[in-house]
Amino acid sequence: MLRLEPRPGASRLWTYASPLLAIALTVGLGVLIFLALDKDPVRALQMFFWEPLKSKYAIGELMVKATPLLLIALGLSLCFRSNVWNIGAEGQFVIGAVCAGGVALLAAKDTGGWIVPALLLAGVLGGMAWAGLTALLRDRFNANEILVSLMLVYVAIMVLTYMVHGPWKDPAGFNFPQSKTFESVTKIPRLMSGSRANIGVMLALAGAVVLWIYLFRTRAGFAQQVGGLAPAAARYAGFSSRRALWVALLVSGGTAGLAGALEVAGPIGQLTPYVPAGYGFAAIIVAFVGRLHPGGMVLSAILMSMFYIGGELAQSRMGLPRSITGVFQGLLLFCLLACDTLVAYRLRWMPKGGR
Amino acid sequence: MSASAATDPAAPRLALRGITKRYPAVLANDRIDLQVLPGQAHAVLGENGAGKSTLMKIVYGAVKPDEGQIRFNGQPVQIRNPQQARALGISMVFQHFSLFDTLTVAENVWLGLDKSLSLPEVAQRIRSKASEYGLEIEPERPVHTLSVGEMQRVEIIRALLGEPQLLILDEPTSVLTPQAVDKLFEVLRLLVSQGCSLLYISHKLHEIRALCTACTVLRGGRVTGVCDPREESNASLSRMMIGAEPPPLQVHQRQPTAPVLSVRGLSLPKAEPFGVDLDRVSLQVRGGEVVGIAGVSGNGQRELMWALSGEDARAPEAGGQLLLHGQDIAGMGPGGRRRLGLHFVPEERLGRGAVPSMSLAHNLLLTRSESLGMAGWIRTGALAEQARGLIERFRVKAGGPQALAQSLSGGNLQKFIVGREIEARPKMLIVSQPTWGVDVGAAAQIRGEILALADAGCAVLVVSEELDELFEICDRLHVIAKGRLSPGIARDQASVELIGEWMSGLWPEAAAEGHHAQA
Repeated sequence: MLRLEPRPGASRLWTYASPLLAIALTVGLGVLIFLALDKDPVRALQMFFWEPLKSKYAIGELMVKATPLLLIALGLSLCFRSNVWNIGAEGQFVIGAVCAGGVALLAAKDTGGWIVPALLLAGVLGGMAWAGLTALLRDRFNANEILVSLMLVYVAIMVLTYMVHGPWKDPAGFNFPQSKTFESVTKIPRLMSGSRANIGVMLALAGAVVLWIYLFRTRAGFAQQVGGLAPAAARYAGFSSRRALWVALLVSGGTAGLAGALEVAGPIGQLTPYVPAGYGFAAIIVAFVGRLHPGGMVLSAILMSMFYIGGELAQSRMGLPRSITGVFQGLLLFCLLACDTLVAYRLRWMPKGGR
Repeated sequence: MSASAATDPAAPRLALRGITKRYPAVLANDRIDLQVLPGQAHAVLGENGAGKSTLMKIVYGAVKPDEGQIRFNGQPVQIRNPQQARALGISMVFQHFSLFDTLTVAENVWLGLDKSLSLPEVAQRIRSKASEYGLEIEPERPVHTLSVGEMQRVEIIRALLGEPQLLILDEPTSVLTPQAVDKLFEVLRLLVSQGCSLLYISHKLHEIRALCTACTVLRGGRVTGVCDPREESNASLSRMMIGAEPPPLQVHQRQPTAPVLSVRGLSLPKAEPFGVDLDRVSLQVRGGEVVGIAGVSGNGQRELMWALSGEDARAPEAGGQLLLHGQDIAGMGPGGRRRLGLHFVPEERLGRGAVPSMSLAHNLLLTRSESLGMAGWIRTGALAEQARGLIERFRVKAGGPQALAQSLSGGNLQKFIVGREIEARPKMLIVSQPTWGVDVGAAAQIRGEILALADAGCAVLVVSEELDELFEICDRLHVIAKGRLSPGIARDQASVELIGEWMSGLWPEAAAEGHHAQA
């Protein structure tokens, strides 16, 4: 019988190398999957690891996808470090998009540039409010935040669906469930011409720096993490667990809402039922693959973005099924968890008779 | 050497030969020889980190030695795991409990037994063992509601249920009243007279001399002496154990000044099902005075500490008054009280007094703010420097400011935490179990620091289950029993017998009245 036995001390090298090993294993397993599907594995891997980096345009696309992933993951990492399990970033993302979309729809041809900050703020507030519901139910009624936040994802999607089928449906849209295209003044400014990447990239990177400072250089960030690591110590020190709960959920709701606003006012440009693209869930993987560390999450967001783009390319150019992106994401998380477990534990063969 | 050794009545119950255990950083056991005869109470004496626990875990099969030989009743054995140890007739009461919080007492005991008994039968056996040995415990209670002392009772009962031939006890008396210690010793002597052997780990020299007839002393992983403790003095045992005698405590005469902490008629209903209601607790601590609270654990100490530290925020709604320097602090949290100069050392070091997975430097931030800049900015350089200074001043054995709290031994972490609070120059220091499981050298140092603080005019409240300690450092004593606090009594008017009596809740009420009138 196999048994997991704790190692006396985890190797420092492997603690850091484990994400790399996980990526290597994911690639290896991916090759096996492509072989089983009768596709050329070299070409398939090219789709995932070379095509997204090939040109300036490709890199721009990479950033378009990495931005919401990173923003959401930053907020989630704060939650997870505080032992608050927000699984509903997707819903906060959607509500952020709806609120930002609502503001964007107010714009007319002659609206000033203030509309962009206004709609971003609306997105942040919308996401915060949605996450605040979870915080309120947990704080007031001790409801489990995992369930509440997850269930609220579906409510949020219903809200979006209602808006695009009802009040905000484009009158000139041939009855398609979508809003009218936003005025061009609401477009998030692009970073450079010839690429869809916009200033959201800068916001996300700035967010990573701010989070690093908050976590590792301020007492408030320290207090936040003590609550996650040792609740009794937080209570002893006088750090409020309610405050930690609210801060974690409001911040992660806010970043998810911001990501939603950047998405509808950026690459999408209107509200459609296809706004929820799974970023909120993929960001959970980004957060853990990035070791809940701001720097690590920048890298893992780029990696996850490659999987998204690679999956789309593999679908259009090689006829691979759409679910290949999800398979890759799942494989990566699975391999990472396995590697982490084996860094902390070792497998021991225990003959049955010995027990 | 012969196969018939098993039946040889003269063979030692347990014989260790050249036991060596290396860990990556330390040589925990270095060629240790030890011999326990049938029906012998054998003490293993040594400071924290001397290798006692490792050696006991080897005997109990929880740790595998790198070298060496174990013979049990003359037979060479390889003890691969605790189940096998129990099958051989070796039971152990650990210092760190191996109990599952969410299960009841009976379920916890049941887990360690073979599954031939039903749960109600186990509960019944616990009850009978408990009454046989006077170890009061309800089998249906969930473990998370037990105090540390009660958890240890569960461990003792669990070990006794195995009807052992060799019983290993790791610091078992630290949570018992003097009367209960006497009672436990009666039990242990009875076990010994029935032929059971004891391996008794303790740092309480007088206990070892009262109970044990042989003693192996360890220092730095090696055997530094084998003796008959009844023929040794405390001083000679100390010398073998730490290479020197601990310096005597400097007790100075102090003149108490104005009251610092006043608690009047504090009543608090229990916050959890098996907690203790605090019932009209009144006490006063003056500047330059060390006041002790004695009592068996689980009588309201935890609840009182929560209320005094501010961790239990219900005090304002409850009856009674909490004053610090005459200011009402009932509505304040731990942070607010700390800013007024009330510092607290909790009894749980890992997880409450310190965050296990954080560095010592970061653990300073739990209660200290000297290394913070504007808006709570952490000046990491200053923080590391502060931690380094503390480590040096309180002689904490640690890898440096960045060492994780969980990498320290219990005694060293306690020195760090006590040091952290003392160095903050509090006006009122509350210490819960200052030397619980701490070795002689560190305990003497911690007590000395507490007295020095009182000399400097600080008011000190010490809650301890070790009467010796309270008698050593306190000016005045209270006893807590079933959530009620006895009147105070000056140390020179108190005796171990009297305090032991009060621990069962029997103190003269008239004296209490008189005390209130006085206060």
